[in-house]
Amino acid sequence: MTDPTGEDPLAGPTRSGRHAKTGSFDDPVAPAGPAAQAQVDPRLLVREQGLAGYLGEFKRRMRSGELGSLPVVVGLIIIWAVFQSLNSQFLSPQNLSNLSVDIVATGLISVGIVFVLLLGEIDLSAGALSGAAAAVLAVLHVNQGWSPLAAMLASVAVATLLGFVHGVFFAKVGVPSFVVTLAGMLAWTGLQLWVLGPNGTVNLPYEGLVASLTSTYFNQVIAAYGLAGVAVAGFCAISFAGNARRRTAGIPTRTTGDIILRTAVLAVMAFGAAYVLNQYKGLPLALLIFLVVVVVADFIQRRTRYGRKVFAVGGNIEAARRAGISVAWVRISVFMISGAMAAVGGIFAASRIASASQATGQSNVLMMAIAAAVIGGTSLFGGRGTAYSALLGMLVIQSIASGMALQGVSNSIQFMVTGAVLLAAVVIDSVSRRSQKAAGRA
Amino acid sequence: MTTITRTPVLALEGISKRFGAVQALTEVDLEVHAGEVVALVGDNGAGKSTLIKVIAGVGPPDSGEIRWEGSAVAIPSPGAAQALGIATVYQDLALCDNLDVVGNLFLGRELGHFGVLDEVAMEKRSRDLLHTLSIRIPSVRIPVASLSGGQRQTVAISRSLLGKPKIVMLDEPTAALGVEQTAQVLDLVERLRSQGLGVILISHNMVDVKAVADRVAVLRLGRNNGVFDAKRTTQEEIISAITGATDNAVSRRRARTDQLKDGADD
Repeated sequence: MTDPTGEDPLAGPTRSGRHAKTGSFDDPVAPAGPAAQAQVDPRLLVREQGLAGYLGEFKRRMRSGELGSLPVVVGLIIIWAVFQSLNSQFLSPQNLSNLSVDIVATGLISVGIVFVLLLGEIDLSAGALSGAAAAVLAVLHVNQGWSPLAAMLASVAVATLLGFVHGVFFAKVGVPSFVVTLAGMLAWTGLQLWVLGPNGTVNLPYEGLVASLTSTYFNQVIAAYGLAGVAVAGFCAISFAGNARRRTAGIPTRTTGDIILRTAVLAVMAFGAAYVLNQYKGLPLALLIFLVVVVVADFIQRRTRYGRKVFAVGGNIEAARRAGISVAWVRISVFMISGAMAAVGGIFAASRIASASQATGQSNVLMMAIAAAVIGGTSLFGGRGTAYSALLGMLVIQSIASGMALQGVSNSIQFMVTGAVLLAAVVIDSVSRRSQKAAGRA
Repeated sequence: MTTITRTPVLALEGISKRFGAVQALTEVDLEVHAGEVVALVGDNGAGKSTLIKVIAGVGPPDSGEIRWEGSAVAIPSPGAAQALGIATVYQDLALCDNLDVVGNLFLGRELGHFGVLDEVAMEKRSRDLLHTLSIRIPSVRIPVASLSGGQRQTVAISRSLLGKPKIVMLDEPTAALGVEQTAQVLDLVERLRSQGLGVILISHNMVDVKAVADRVAVLRLGRNNGVFDAKRTTQEEIISAITGATDNAVSRRRARTDQLKDGADD
């Protein structure tokens, strides 16, 4: 007899089920028992323990196309090696420090683009929005006499509102995102020209909050090392705390060796970067802000309800809808994030050259931002990617630009090489997707 | 059946629904008790989908009464159905391929604090749930894209159980599954029953129906065409009820002559 009192039906194996053919719960040979552990499907991939296990897992991932950020890291090492062999100035602290500030403006735009790509959509208006936001900032601050902070907040708010407009036309009216943002690109370029007025350029003061965003360096040695130390210690503490919680809950944990290896890799990179930056002017404020934004964006994407919704909508819209997720709201909010990040990027671009002009955010800024996200490993097909791809992709693109500038190569060649790198990245994305399908993982 | 409770968990009485000129359902009755698998069968166009939509709250009926544990209720929306304790697993599974098993199980009702996910708690509950249902999945941390069709179906069914339903409605759960996977899903259906859930199984596969169902409710042209005890009815009888083979001049004549003979025997 089953008990009709309507208790939690999943309460566990204590209730006596009636005798179904497969045996009831408290049956000692029920498939859930220890016996089931022994008869794991032999085709399943069981990871071995220790170093051999990691190597095996690594090989399997490579074969099945789960490349992650490996191609971009390998690509970056090759690019750096090639340019360093051509010109010993390439890996000099000064060049690397400048590089780390040059990636920030477009990199911030790219962080917003990653959100849009996770939905499987595209935002072509980000470059124009960044230019319009820079124009709004410059006109409010210089011509209207607003405080720099208020002007910055206003320009971000305007761009967020324009992103909202894109989102509404896309999610509620049903216009493809490609077309909405293409229209936006034209319209907001016009807005930028209109705001700037007949002069076309507004110079920002060399002193002041806006300019200091990209001109401030923390030249105390402790700043860069301290940041590296905090990052490494934080990563290590979070990893061990997470592992302890998992052990308490009785679910599989990472091995201690795994955590130590990851911490060590992070430590080498962080302290190496800190050392190089300290050889020149110290830790750039702009880089610090960019890194914080990337870490926060990654946290939002992977560790919050909102991020999970973004991934779900990017993976299967119908499933997301049936799970009670408001697809329209997720879409609108993602375009608002993209607009806001475009504005922040535009502010840094204006800060870097201490002016907002008709050229701010024009020409190839948009393409660089999208290319960075894709080169960094975010899929154009939606549902796969990480905020770190904005950082990695921008490093690749800016390294090529910087290396070629050192060699005195003309713009024309730079464009062609960057185009080739973007194509290579998309080819890797498409091919890895295909092999993931073949391996049953896409 | 000896195990069924007296008051059905869900009872439909005289449900009618029309779409324009089509009378999709006419005075349909259906009862589901706790710990019982009711198979809902019928040919294409018999009204199965319409009836599912009535129960799931997607398309409320034009007339008729729905009673939940004895008291009359209305199910105007899918949310209302879930709030009552009716979980529906649709034929196209509605899983996100790019998310892992945990992510899919908790999609739309993630555990956490202030919007931050509690992955540890979700993973633990996922493992407990799958363990309770004796579902074997290589790891709860792999994307569902890499699971077999049967495993995906079991994940979809498990997901419906997180809301602690009393009735689970499965729309063609074994369609497009292989022999082994079909057996896995049927095992799961029996485990749901043994946990005291009422299961409504929509299927075209008479073998599956005979294997797990306690009762078989047949719909034909939007009307009830008999409720059979699955264990005491042959497959042929159910099929003739579905196709209407019993409802023709020959069968009516035989029924009349049988009655006459019975009368003569008395």
